[in-house]
Amino acid sequence: MHEYSLIQALIARVGDEARRRSATRVHAIRVSLGALSGVEPDLFTSAWELARAGTTCAEAELRLERIEAVWSCPRCKKVFAPGDVLRCADCREPAALNDGADALTLDQLELEVP
Amino acid sequence: MCQTCGCGDPELVPVELHEKILAENDRTARHNREHFVGAGVLAVNVMGSPGSGKTALLEATARAAAAAKKAWRLGAVSADLATDHDARRLAAAGIPSRSITTGQACHLDAELVHRALHDVPWRETDVFFIENVGNLVCPAIYDLGQAANVAVLSVTEGEDKPLKYPVMFQAVDLVVVTKCDLVPHLDVDLAKLQDALARVMPAPRAIELSAKTGKGVDAWIAWLEEQRAPFVGAEGGHAHAHGHGHGHGHGHG
Repeated sequence: MHEYSLIQALIARVGDEARRRSATRVHAIRVSLGALSGVEPDLFTSAWELARAGTTCAEAELRLERIEAVWSCPRCKKVFAPGDVLRCADCREPAALNDGADALTLDQLELEVP
Repeated sequence: MCQTCGCGDPELVPVELHEKILAENDRTARHNREHFVGAGVLAVNVMGSPGSGKTALLEATARAAAAAKKAWRLGAVSADLATDHDARRLAAAGIPSRSITTGQACHLDAELVHRALHDVPWRETDVFFIENVGNLVCPAIYDLGQAANVAVLSVTEGEDKPLKYPVMFQAVDLVVVTKCDLVPHLDVDLAKLQDALARVMPAPRAIELSAKTGKGVDAWIAWLEEQRAPFVGAEGGHAHAHGHGHGHGHGHG
């Protein structure tokens, strides 16, 4: 279950940032989760609940934003329907994936600073 | 302190980061990649299900490279949850290798590979295989510093696997379809498999192969030769543009 190791990496990164800014508490964390990131949102959330106890994230709210995968032709910009062959029938170009759809990104923190 | 009304409450400060959660892994992967590229070594990350034929493919590679009188020096690290069977098989096939015992970890990460490289003479190789943990899910999301990603998919797994594991197949440069000698005994339809690949890979590329009969091994060797071209160029031979989308990061740290 790699979601747990991802959460550990996330908590470590947030902890570093909180210390660097002398924050007393992490209020919220916003993460965007791509549909092709290889991360299961439910497993990610349950790993979060398990791993955050006793860390700077113990009371933080995790805000997950899901990014759907959208393939389109880089030339004519036509959007492919889910399950389509990923090559534009008109331009013969291989499809391109939207930004963030294959990534797991730590977007924003809300820190409580004294 | 809150500057708005002076109430004494702590202030909420938004911090924009927009960074990948795997940034630490990706830094180590960049470091590995610099080493491989600097030493002119083609590093190939070989992924696939348990029993898909990853080790057999590498054994066949050693046989075929020797038969074709390739001057390639091969090497490997092989991830194994509990044993060192794969590394021993590779060593017996003439590929100097070392096992990375991952315990319960379901994938290799860049740090595990980096540590293993200290114990294996990878600099003295031309083609270096990183045989990942048998798994079609998580290995795909960890960059290890490889130049190319390969998925090994055996015909016994069924032609729908690319549709079920799009993250893996979207991440690879090549799919090696193994155990093709079994096709006459199965209901598998290789055309359906190719169609499934085209729906998850924007630039699908697949080689149908049997490590047992040797069918398709020449195409695999030719593919490796093609991937090696930029590295041979670095040593004074023919340089070719690198066609696939994986960046070779040169920035340190």
